This record gives sequence, structure tokens and C-alpha cells, in this order.
Amino acid sequence: MSISKSKSGVTGNILSSHVDGAERTATAPFGQALIREAEANPRIVGLTADLGKYTDIHLFASRFPERFFQLGMAEQNLIGAAAGLARTGFVPFATTYCVFATRRAYDFIAIGAALGSANVKIIAGLPGLTTGYGGTHQGIEDLALMRSIPNLVVIDPCDATELGQVVSAIARYEGPVYMRLLRGEVPVVLDPDTYQFEIGKAKLLCEGTDVAIISTGLMTARALKAVSQLNSSGVSAALLHVSTLKPFDIEVVLALVKRIPRVVTAENHFTTGGLASAVADAIVDAGMAVQLKRVGIPNCFCESGSIPYLVRRYRMDSEDIANAASELMRGTARRE
Amino acid sequence: MSHGIDASAKATSIGSLELHALSLRRHILRMAERVGQGYVGQGLGIADLLAVLYSREMKYDPKNLAWLDRDRFLLSIGHYSIGLYAALAEAGVIPVDELDTYGADQSRLEMSGSEITPGFEMTGGSLGHGLGQAVGMALGVRLDKKASRIFNLLSDGELQEGSTWEAAMAAAHHRLDHLFAFIDCNNQQADGPPGQVLNVEPVQEKWKAFGWDTQRINGNDIHAIVDAIDAAKENSGKPHAIILDTLMGKGVRTFEERDKNHFIRVEPDEWRLAREQLEEYAQPRHRGSA
Repeated sequence: MSISKSKSGVTGNILSSHVDGAERTATAPFGQALIREAEANPRIVGLTADLGKYTDIHLFASRFPERFFQLGMAEQNLIGAAAGLARTGFVPFATTYCVFATRRAYDFIAIGAALGSANVKIIAGLPGLTTGYGGTHQGIEDLALMRSIPNLVVIDPCDATELGQVVSAIARYEGPVYMRLLRGEVPVVLDPDTYQFEIGKAKLLCEGTDVAIISTGLMTARALKAVSQLNSSGVSAALLHVSTLKPFDIEVVLALVKRIPRVVTAENHFTTGGLASAVADAIVDAGMAVQLKRVGIPNCFCESGSIPYLVRRYRMDSEDIANAASELMRGTARRE
Repeated sequence: MSHGIDASAKATSIGSLELHALSLRRHILRMAERVGQGYVGQGLGIADLLAVLYSREMKYDPKNLAWLDRDRFLLSIGHYSIGLYAALAEAGVIPVDELDTYGADQSRLEMSGSEITPGFEMTGGSLGHGLGQAVGMALGVRLDKKASRIFNLLSDGELQEGSTWEAAMAAAHHRLDHLFAFIDCNNQQADGPPGQVLNVEPVQEKWKAFGWDTQRINGNDIHAIVDAIDAAKENSGKPHAIILDTLMGKGVRTFEERDKNHFIRVEPDEWRLAREQLEEYAQPRHRGSA
């Protein structure tokens, strides 16, 4: 086995961004959006657990120092204090990484925030394979954990455009929310003039007839590329972007699947417990016969390494989505 | 004042506070007798503190629980709810008759209390939640420039939960001197005394080391509780930990003497004895306060 010494193939700094080959990016869309919302709403406060500049909330802290609370490396207390602030009428945005929020503070999210529907917004960085750090830092099962908590809204935004819109929507929504964060330089994929996020609504981004791709989070950017690749090889692919995992837009998903019973799901997360499972549940409960292929992280702790390497290693790229769709088409052709 | 009770105007003398605590103990016995079991030992042990808080110290409005200027009481230890239900009934927050539903199906008065009950500011019971939320509330009322204070009741066993110490650090760091933590040291947790399960002592030194203003008192001495709270209020710049050494089952001799009294099961014929013992316990107090 040869070990690559090339500089492009090394684990990046924890603070570095991965723009995924995007032509356009925006800087710290979460921090910018939070400031925008907080200027209009004096009840918005910010908290972090020693990850201010790593979650872009340092911008809010500079702009509103009196409304920002540093709580140190103590995630249980981060969520507990956020719940307390919510219960005194504030709208707390609490930031840390997915792994720390969901693994270390699960009981505090469940009991402190969700049981009484406290108005807590949990903003969680490094979703899935957006960090080269390994099993300790990659949030690979957070959506599964969060989806299982009653009352909690769970959102995985695609890009900078949607992230800003999500911040605005959840600041106005009364209740607990878990949002995955893309930080630093974040790709701009969706057109802010035409795309509009709504909590709980799936959005059909591409119309198609042969295969249905259902994606969430940053995988939607790769799914868009996959649609182009498929189109150029003569396959007409529809693309449904489901950024809200909970509540799940069953109606729209089923309408699409009923029309096109060949489905590829794509998520930056385990292929169990997240989007694919939600889609599969909906299909089975509706009694439909559908072919389903899942693109995402298998049930394992992932390696550390450069993000491009990890994306290839775990077959998470646009080609992998297109290949899954092509396989479904070939299977259909064989049967026909 | 159009709304809100300044409890200090309601009950000031030690004698009337003791009578209030006696009322709570009577309610607690009645609740436990109805279901034949419960956390009666904890309730009886903490009745004196609850009497002082709800009839002397706290500002709240039983007719307007959402009053923004209220003081807030957070029960970390959900199983002590039997005591808080009694206090809330005496305070006029819930009907006294409702106490008869303690632990019953479809009752708002769960065996381990939660925020479905009026007057509960949060859900405890999964231990280690109270102080963190107290920190958040203390930050919140300070940001709103309210004079509200936050009172949190914890237990000695609960100190084993690491989240309590996360919150303790944060409270001191953010100088939350309007936050009061009462730590009920009744020397009993589910598997036995903390000294055998996992030692939490020295409790006072721990809180002091975490940057808190600390006192340790007899938690069944109403005079001492009143004095400790008054002394804490004079001490600014730090959150306040008042450690209460209490006796589980206080006021009912057979419960006080029981070996394993975390969750008490009582035979039907024992309740009359328990009630009689409580009244015996009360007698000299009545005379003393007359």
C-alpha cells in the first residue's frame, strides 16, 4: 500500500472551509443572517461552547456583546442555559458541533428543550463529512438522533442561500429547532431570487420523468450536478430537496415517488436513521412498490483525511448519485 | 401593588413559617397515603425550605404565573415534587383538592414532577438539569434588568451529575449573584448513602472552590434557613450555595428512622401512626410559637 505525500491529500485545519468546487461562495452566511435577524429582534441572544469563531457566531458576539454568552466547553450546560433563556422569553441560538450537541447533550435537548417545546435553536457545525477529522468530529448520526426527539424541528440546509433563509424562518418559529451548520466559505447553489425555504416543505428543484432523486443538505448541490450528468446521458431526473427532515413532507415525497417509482436518496449522513429512512418509512407505510437506492455514509466511523478523499472513499459525490440512478434505470430496462 | 405577592409581607414570624411547614407536611402525608407510597421522605425533609421560600422569600403571583417580574423556583429533583405540590397548593397555585390526584393516571401531579404542572418552571427528574436552566434564566432576567431571583433545589446525590458542575462554573463566571442553589443533603440516594455510592463530600468546599458564596446549615431549622437566605442576599458578586443538612421523613418518627427511605412503601395501618406522630412533632412547636 502506498501512502500519498501530496499536499492536496492531507487533513485540513479544523477551521478551514470546504467549498466543494463551487463557483460562488458566501462568507459566514449563518453569522451574517443572525446579525440581520438580531437587529430586528432584540430578543435574539447567542451562546456557544468554546466554538464561537468555528461556528461563525463570533460575528454576532462582536456586534451584540451584551447579548452573547460564552459558556466554555460544556455542552450540557450550553443547551440547559439556552432552555433557561428561552423560558425567560429570549430566542437563544446555541452553537457547537453536531457531534457535541447530539452526543454529549442529548438528554438536555430532549428534556430541557424539546419536552416543554422551549424556543431553543441548536446550530450544529461539521455535519457529516465536512471535516477531515475522524469519528470524533464528523456528525454522521446526528439527524437520526434528532429525528427521534418529539417536538424538535430538524433542518439540514443546502447552501448559503438556504442557510440565511432558515435562520430567518426559525427565528420567527416558536419552538425547538436543530439546524446543521455550514460555516466559513459556503457555496451559493440555490438562486436567492427564486428559492424560498419553508419549514417542513420539500422543494422540487428539477422536473424529470425517469428517476427521482431525493436529497438533503449539501448533497443537494451534488445532486444538481448529478441531474446534469444524467440529462446528458439521456436520463430525465427529477430532484426533490428535503431540507426539513422533521416534520417530514410526506405528501410531496409520496406524490413524486408515485409518479416515478425509481428513487435515489442522497444525504451527508448515515443511510439509516436520516433521509433515506424517512423516505423508506413513507413508502412502506403507503404500501407502494418502489426501487430505492441510498447514497450516504455507511454505518461506520469514518476515516480522517482530506475532504475530497473522504467524499470519494464513501461514495458521496455527484457521480455516485448519478451512478445509483443509472443502475436503477438499467435494472428497470432488464426487467422490461 | 397590582399583582405579585411579596411573600415577606405574608408570613414573617418563625412561628407562622413553622405552621406553614406543618401544613405542607400534612398535605404530603395525605398525598402519599392515598397512593400508599411515594417520595414522602424527601417531601417531609424539604418542607421547611419550601415553607420559607413560598411564604416568605419569593415574589410570585398565584393568579398570574407568567408574571415577568416573578422569582423562579426550579426543582431539579423531580421526585421531590410531592413537596412542591403541597407548597403550590398552599400558595393557591393549584387547588388543594387536586393533591388527592398525586401519582394517579391522568393527573397533573406526576410522581416525578414536570412542567405540565402549573408553577413548575421546568422539567427535572432527569437529574442535573436544574442548575443549567437556572443559569440561563439568571442570564435572561439580568439582561431584561429585572430584579427577579432564581432559586434552584438540588440534592446531594445530584452532585454526581457532571452537568451540575458545568452550570456551577458558568454561574460563578457570569457572576450570577441573583441565583441561589439549595443543596439538600439528606444522605440518601437510590442505591444508598452517597458516602457509599459515590462520595460527594466535602460539599461546601466544592462549591466554594467553584467560586460560590457558601453556607451549610441545619435544613430543618426554619430560623437557620431564614438567616442563611438573608445573609446570602447581603453578599454580592457571587452565586449562593446554601447546603441544607436535612432528615428524610422529618416530623414522622417512623419514617425518620427507616433504613432505606429513598422511596417509601407504607403498610395501610401505618398511616394513622404516621399522622399521629406528625401531630406529636407539631405540638411543642405550636406552644413555642404561641
